[in-house]
Amino acid sequence: MKLKELESCLQQVDAFENPKLRLEQYPTRPHIAACMLYTIHNTFGEIEDKVVADLGCGCGVLSIGAAMLGAGLCLGFDIDEDALEIFRTNAEEFELTNIDLVQCDICSLPAHCLVKAVDTVIMNPPFGTKHNKGMDMMFLKTALQMARTSVYSLHKTSTREHIQKKAADWKVKMDVVAELRYDLPASYKFHKKKSVDIDVDFIRFSLD
Amino acid sequence: MVVGLGPGSSFFTRHVGTGDGNMKLLTHNMLRSHVTGVTRGFPLIIRADEVKVNSVDFNREFVSRMIPKLEWEALVETAETLGHGSGLPRELLSGYENDEEFLKKVHHVLLEVEIIEGALKCPESGTEFPITRGIPNMLINEEES
Repeated sequence: MKLKELESCLQQVDAFENPKLRLEQYPTRPHIAACMLYTIHNTFGEIEDKVVADLGCGCGVLSIGAAMLGAGLCLGFDIDEDALEIFRTNAEEFELTNIDLVQCDICSLPAHCLVKAVDTVIMNPPFGTKHNKGMDMMFLKTALQMARTSVYSLHKTSTREHIQKKAADWKVKMDVVAELRYDLPASYKFHKKKSVDIDVDFIRFSLD
Repeated sequence: MVVGLGPGSSFFTRHVGTGDGNMKLLTHNMLRSHVTGVTRGFPLIIRADEVKVNSVDFNREFVSRMIPKLEWEALVETAETLGHGSGLPRELLSGYENDEEFLKKVHHVLLEVEIIEGALKCPESGTEFPITRGIPNMLINEEES
């Protein structure tokens, strides 16, 4: 599948109807999702025939893309049943049979849960701003427990040093695969501008 | 389409061919109860009110690579309780990688048998996690725990 095809498929994925601020529900734009997935698939070969988890999957754009690229099974985890309901409808529309959804709170999973349960984690976690300080790192920690091979995640470039330090503490190797301009459309009332660009790192953490 | 009832159970098994993210036994094989105080919390006991058989393309590579990573006994036991044991042995036999018929059975059990409605019960605390429209809800209700 070509990148363009993947992106145009992902444009059909329905997003949040009423995004919830406390959960930082911003959809991953189809362009960014497609670029991430395409790189993970083509450069690293870590989607096809793998068990892939998507933490904080929301409406499932990353999971659906991974499922289309031939994941053996794609597992979407989210706390919000409204988002999962939209995800379920999306999966139905794409007639994907390799997707499962689980409602759970990524931040309250104890350390022994889902340890090394999946091959690859692909996620766009909450950035941990506003009321969710530190949530991005909680997601990352859980992802690193769950994955056997690697974790792919998006983080604000401004937090890179902090993440590097944490990665060293946790003894995982991290590489910034790409620097992205994350175009955040105004989804909430407190956003005065139409859209804001945030510098975001697309990072690969490897557990080998 | 209703094609049959599992032996000794009262749930319906439907055969359909479209995807919709209902809980597969592969997913069940990974999930654990995380209720406070529980040590293993595995395997979660399935109470199935509605089960569906969904056809999924057989992927030999994926199935044989997954087998050593599974909790095998739990998988076979769970499949049996659902009436979908497919005659799988309780213990994994060596050389299964080359046994196409066996791999197809495992494929069926892992990916094609899906739970739509029911619950997952923690084997230690008895806490129930509901499965609604194919999605298990593993959130712990603070008031209950």
